[in-house]
Amino acid sequence: MSKQNINVALIGNPNVGKTSVFNQLTGLNQQVGNYPGITVEKKVGFCKLPNNIHANVIDLPGTYSLNASSADESVVIELLLNKKDKLFPDVIVVVSEVENLKRNLLLFTQIKDLEIPTILVINMIDRMELKGISLDIPFLEEQLKTKIALVSSRKNIGIDELKTLITTYKTISTEPCLNASSIDDDYFNTLRKTFPNQSLYKLWLVITQDVNFADLNRNTLENHSFTKSKSELKKLQQKETIKRYQFINNTLKIGQKIDSATATDFRSQLDRVLTHKIWGYLIFFVVLFGIFQSIFEWSKIPMDFIDSSFASLSTAASEYLPPGAFTNLIAQGIIPGIGGILMFIPQITFLFLFISILEESGYMSRVVFLMDKIMRRFGLSGKSVVPLISGTACAIPAIMATRNIENWKERLITILVTPFTTCSARLPVYAIIIGLVIPDEYLLGILNLQGLTLMLLYLLGFGMAILSAYVLNKVLQLNCKTFFVVEMPNYKLPMFKNVMITVIEKTKAFVFGAGKIILAISVILWFLASNGPSEKFRNAETIITSKSENKTLSALEIENKVASFKLENSYIGIMGKTIEPAISPLGYDWKIGVAIISSFAAREVFVGTLATIYSVGGSENETTIKNKMATETNAETGEKIFNFASGISLLLFYAFALQCISTLAVTKKETNSWKWPLGQLVFMSSFAYIVALIAYQLLK
Amino acid sequence: MRTTIANLKKGEKAIIKDFDADVIPLKLLEMGCLPGNTVELLQIAPFGDPLYLDINGSHLAIRIETAREIEIDLIKK
Repeated sequence: MSKQNINVALIGNPNVGKTSVFNQLTGLNQQVGNYPGITVEKKVGFCKLPNNIHANVIDLPGTYSLNASSADESVVIELLLNKKDKLFPDVIVVVSEVENLKRNLLLFTQIKDLEIPTILVINMIDRMELKGISLDIPFLEEQLKTKIALVSSRKNIGIDELKTLITTYKTISTEPCLNASSIDDDYFNTLRKTFPNQSLYKLWLVITQDVNFADLNRNTLENHSFTKSKSELKKLQQKETIKRYQFINNTLKIGQKIDSATATDFRSQLDRVLTHKIWGYLIFFVVLFGIFQSIFEWSKIPMDFIDSSFASLSTAASEYLPPGAFTNLIAQGIIPGIGGILMFIPQITFLFLFISILEESGYMSRVVFLMDKIMRRFGLSGKSVVPLISGTACAIPAIMATRNIENWKERLITILVTPFTTCSARLPVYAIIIGLVIPDEYLLGILNLQGLTLMLLYLLGFGMAILSAYVLNKVLQLNCKTFFVVEMPNYKLPMFKNVMITVIEKTKAFVFGAGKIILAISVILWFLASNGPSEKFRNAETIITSKSENKTLSALEIENKVASFKLENSYIGIMGKTIEPAISPLGYDWKIGVAIISSFAAREVFVGTLATIYSVGGSENETTIKNKMATETNAETGEKIFNFASGISLLLFYAFALQCISTLAVTKKETNSWKWPLGQLVFMSSFAYIVALIAYQLLK
Repeated sequence: MRTTIANLKKGEKAIIKDFDADVIPLKLLEMGCLPGNTVELLQIAPFGDPLYLDINGSHLAIRIETAREIEIDLIKK
């Protein structure tokens, strides 16, 4: 039998375990990308089905209905309505959850109107007994005109049956399960007559949404005599929703029995504690504190291990490879560059681990509920907490996560202040500088001073974000209706497999995404540091050895002097020296200046830059990046370059400055204007400079 | 005076009577907030806002200003 390829679209409400089903079907055979032109995440996985069928499984963003109100949801309808799309599904799998079947079926009845073969997955069936729920599957299949797969993605029940069911997609009914157009027969009949070649439900979706489709433009629809006003359309949508719920209620009255006496009270008890006016906040604070302490504590050993491994690799390379420019490039440019990326894998892994556990468990929604009133005082929404917390991983997905904030003003302010939160790219800079200038001691026997400093920097980021939100709220004059609806999902024990897949994927994205830039910049820097424009650079040896005060030095000392003299007169040295007057009041030398310039586009480049510069010009005795930085001294005063004052000043500079091209790009995309990202850039960077200046001048 | 969801006390149940569809987000309707369905107030956030509700089996939270727009009939115990 020949091989066959089919497309399977996975769709469902948020919090029904759709992603777990996706992970169970595809395992690690996933590709994550973006939909063309927009930043919505697109996940496609591959799955082998019985009968030699290969399936491309598309995990669509979670949505409550086909009435799109955000870019995420538009993606869903655009794919489902465009038959020409190469991912257009041969079969749709709607994932629902046994405890919220009623609400989940609303989306299902809408999907059925698209006349594509549709399978209904009822997930979390392992909880049926606990909740006293029983289902009449043959009745439901008949009423809903579909095939049902009972699945527990958590316990891996029913996945093989689902795979077999998918292979029979050609036999599954494409008939709608109710006639939604009966809400206004006249209107829909006119529509049908005017556009005989289009599917009626598709027309309806295009009329009520702000989306255009390749073969169907909104404007051609609006210029007809039967056009309805916005308010009339909304009334109709409401009628449609009521009609669908009537059908669902009638179906479930017979098809689903709930014995509520057996329902447990675990959820409400946990809610009472987690949203309590004292315990709720206390627990939230302890959770955050625990996360930041452990990020620092647990990743220390693997980080040091990676750092020293790369240091010995670099030494080995320069010893065993034939001497020359190529060896220098490898030993001084590429290896330290890669090491500068890889040493942060442990911390980034832990960070993503905690964030995905918070989201998977359902705790994040409680935090939204708990914080809404407080956040509103600062012009934010309770939902801003999610971007602000996930901003500790990266501002890009965090800014995209603001899309579910219904109020535009609250959303705009959240977008503008999110880059203040301490993202994972700042972590490398913080980690290395804290390690250098803050003593590794314990306060009261338990609190690690370095961990505490890190925690303070995170709090500083949040504090600054909230403070600027307050100011923006006063300054911006925008009138917006406030809508706020947040689902409070059931508590769930996070699934190991889901958490692991998220962590692996995000870490991979960091290593390869940021890694490419860091590596490229490392190589460029190495080149700029090993070449110079002037005679001084080329004749470094003669200039140094001929100086009278150097006559008494040993060969090794001479060598070091030559190396640093060369570095000073290299291209990079000249660049650094040029900006030195601007940064020396902040306590930085020209080498740090170079690192600041090179990390303008992406701040994680900072450590890699210093690693490369010190490899080229530094002493041979110190090999790890950290030790090299620790031994750097000011040639004139003999003071350590990374001392307490300059260290704090650097920490503050990196805490506030907006050094991330991607953040600017995503802000532009989400706000649709250059005004906001440019404002962000100018404000944050000048603020960073001023704060760092004040800090150094006070502390030195 | 009309009774709305904002008047509910913790643990009280009611039937949704009516509201102006123009001031209620469609998403709320889609989650089951429709005339005839039951609503129960589960929790009130610290500082009295937002409200954590069970509407027609869906657990969700809305702000008090939205709650004020949804008229209800209280179910007496």
